[in-house]
Amino acid sequence: MKRAARPRLGSPRYLFNFVGLVCLLCAPALGAQRQPQPSFYAITHARIFTLAGSPIEDGTVVVRDGKIAAVGAAVEVPAGAQVIDAKGLQVYPGLFDAITQMGLSEISAVNATVDSTETGGYNPDVVAASAILPSSEHIPVTRASGITEVLAVPASGGLDLFGGRGIIGGQASAIHLAGWTIDEMLIKKSAAMALNFPEIQTETFDFATFSRKEKPYAEAKQEYEKQVNELTDWLDRARHYAQAMEKGSVSKYDRDLKLEALAPVVRGGLPVLVFANRARDIRNAVEFCDKQKLKMILAGGAEAYKVKDLLRSKGVPVVLRPPLSFPEDEDDPYDRELSQPAELAAAGVKFAIASFDNSFARRLGQNAANAVAHGLSYEEALRAVTINPAQIFGLSGQIGTLEEGKLANVIVTNGDPLELTTDVKYLFIKGRLTSTENKHHRLYEKYLNRPKASN
Amino acid sequence: MLNPSRALSQFPCVLCLFCSLCFSLAAATPPDTPSSVLIQNATVLTVSHGTIEHGSILIKDGKIAEVGQSVKAPAGAQVIDATGQFVIPGIIDCHSHIASEAINEGSVSVSSMVTMEEVLDPDDVSIYRDLAGGVTAANILHGSANSIGGQTLVIKLRWGQPASKLPFEGAPPGIKFALGENPKRSNFSIPGQPRHYPATRMGVEETIRAAFAEARDYKKIWDDYNKSVAAGEKALLPPRRDLKLEPLVEVLEGKRYVHAHCYREDEILMLLRLAKEFGFKVRTFQHVLEGYKIADELAAAGVGASTFSDWWAYKVEAYDAIPYNAALMTRRGVLVSVNSDDAEEATHLNQEAAKSMKYGGLSHDEALKMVTLNPAIQLGIDKRVGTIDVGKDADLAIYNHDPLSAYAVVQKTLIDGSIYFDREKDIANRAEIEKEKKALAEKLKSAEKKPEEKKPPEKKPEEKPKLPTPAPTPTTAQAGAAPGGAP
Repeated sequence: MKRAARPRLGSPRYLFNFVGLVCLLCAPALGAQRQPQPSFYAITHARIFTLAGSPIEDGTVVVRDGKIAAVGAAVEVPAGAQVIDAKGLQVYPGLFDAITQMGLSEISAVNATVDSTETGGYNPDVVAASAILPSSEHIPVTRASGITEVLAVPASGGLDLFGGRGIIGGQASAIHLAGWTIDEMLIKKSAAMALNFPEIQTETFDFATFSRKEKPYAEAKQEYEKQVNELTDWLDRARHYAQAMEKGSVSKYDRDLKLEALAPVVRGGLPVLVFANRARDIRNAVEFCDKQKLKMILAGGAEAYKVKDLLRSKGVPVVLRPPLSFPEDEDDPYDRELSQPAELAAAGVKFAIASFDNSFARRLGQNAANAVAHGLSYEEALRAVTINPAQIFGLSGQIGTLEEGKLANVIVTNGDPLELTTDVKYLFIKGRLTSTENKHHRLYEKYLNRPKASN
Repeated sequence: MLNPSRALSQFPCVLCLFCSLCFSLAAATPPDTPSSVLIQNATVLTVSHGTIEHGSILIKDGKIAEVGQSVKAPAGAQVIDATGQFVIPGIIDCHSHIASEAINEGSVSVSSMVTMEEVLDPDDVSIYRDLAGGVTAANILHGSANSIGGQTLVIKLRWGQPASKLPFEGAPPGIKFALGENPKRSNFSIPGQPRHYPATRMGVEETIRAAFAEARDYKKIWDDYNKSVAAGEKALLPPRRDLKLEPLVEVLEGKRYVHAHCYREDEILMLLRLAKEFGFKVRTFQHVLEGYKIADELAAAGVGASTFSDWWAYKVEAYDAIPYNAALMTRRGVLVSVNSDDAEEATHLNQEAAKSMKYGGLSHDEALKMVTLNPAIQLGIDKRVGTIDVGKDADLAIYNHDPLSAYAVVQKTLIDGSIYFDREKDIANRAEIEKEKKALAEKLKSAEKKPEEKKPPEKKPEEKPKLPTPAPTPTTAQAGAAPGGAP
């Protein structure tokens, strides 16, 4: 299972093996009068990894009206279903990249194309879904690697960090990687509140003067405490505001949009996605969220292994940064980040693996595979990029496994979807057969067919 | 230049000074060099002559002495049992910034007088980490802040050896050029500093042209002088040396390789025209993310292309970057390598090379060449490394799986026949390092307490963030002040 089948080489058009089937579905809107496409398929004779039980050999997945209608070895092909013979192929739930700036950032060095980080320290009211560009080139490129849904997270990365990320970054939105409008793409508009937990920083790099700034520990600690007090104050005010809302004493004329946005956080309904990497910062954040009764999800977690018992005992799940990252300290073992997922799994900490990026989103599977190479079980690695993020963000009723009744976000591959050389042959989002065509492949085709230069 | 988002993700890169001391004590001693080593029962991916199942490699005095299925160990040979494992030529990274104390002399547009050799840092832990990723040699490049950058250097990753032992003996010298957004400073500016020339791609071209016009004149002065001396003229004063122009004269004479950072098709063709005008060759285009658009022109010019596997969209000139670049250029006859430009990326160059099989359908052998033979040719060191052949340096990487898989992990890395990285030993040493680190921390703590007992306990030394690398250095040196013996 660990080794992937070789890709079918030689055919530059392998992405178009299903071109006849798909071209109707994925062609740009040539006219306004297109009928909605039927959504009734039977994927047959496939090896099926449901992630809700053992793999099924020679099984069938029936997709109907956007959902998975049936999965199993003994499932009949229903009349009227379009049959996709997947003999020799494998079926998985689509992959879920739980931290990206998808649709919020196109070219990270060009500010005009970047909408991922608002200025100011406290922006609980800004929502990723408001600024997601459905026609971003990143979306089909990412989709081609088998990722069917992502979380777009404000203040989670990109060059806009030059301006600082603030403390509360805004609301992360869970989206399908297909749809003509954001409404068609949305899974959950507000899936988590991004929180860059204050750090004790004795040394910072000042991009304005391009120089290193040092300050004594006591001063750094003081600054940290000031920030934590400020954050506490925001949460206190949000709590009072939430009470006033419940009592109906907030009229529509004296709304405070920021406190209103924080109300679901202080009520414990909306999780906080807390960015922290150092053990000390993670510990501080866990302690803080515990005291404030916030539902915490840790993001980053470079040193989560140092506080694994705390994370398990407090039930804090982790969205890990890519295992293909260098460790925090130069004297850490060279494979510290690569072996961390296995260590967290053994300790019973729930985690997902995410790209934290747009252009590297397609390395999601590669990152999970590298964790397997360093001790994580293959099953756990698959879960870390499918059902685990779905559970962590409260979406497992809809996505994450191949089970009857769930949304049909499904990929059909010619091998292990985590392996470097595997191709996605068919991809369904909300039950629709969705193209894997993208900017990169278009340019490939164009220049593959460039006539020989006369020089 | 690094992908900015990745550079940021590594910032702040934090390290403890006392820890680095203990690390170097515990791990950074160079290995012994046994006179003969036999790696046996491995799948040997020779790159030059196919795959040998159950193959063995005999190493004598650091060189490959025999390769085949029935190689016997001479008496006293160190035997490495590689049953079930895969051996490839050590990975060669054609674009690296490891082992360097500085990257950019950014204050001038032509900084050909500075050299990477002068700033080699043999204690950079990235050397060890990249070794652990199977890398045995790397092209250490100056940054891309200037149209003509500093002199480059090929090194072997001999972790534990002093800086003087890092350079790859006999590797041709190089120089970095840079085109496009970085030398024209599109994406950053330094507050308080006036706008820098060049600020356009036009200006970049003129900067390079002006430098070579000067270099050609300078060469003529020296040629005339040498001719006169050869003709027996005496009492002639030699011309004044110009350390900025000397390396450019070497480029004109074909003695120094040009490695040109570039992205867009137009700027690549610009440099090819300019090189023709002055009669020099570009050895490699680096990054060359739009190389696929002009692959025929690159092939016709006989230049190498060294690119990323799948980086894109971090700036405008990388917006048309596609992961099919390596395959498209290869198919049109360009010699292509896949490089890292990033210490972490270098640890999985084998995986990055594998992507050219998925994107564009290269063969297993062609993909493997991207990080072995092809960069060796590009750096002019292919007589010594890049394949597993008798007579070549025993620079090898041993994996537990097919190295073109995301599940492959390096087990051992050899340079000149010595084991510089051994995963088993690395793991076995960890407890010892941890112990030593704790002891040193304790010692430091008690030493801190003694002189001033009133210090609050949290005043123990805290982590010190390092500068993000590579960062343009605003004004570190005077223009023209070459390190190490300027006039």
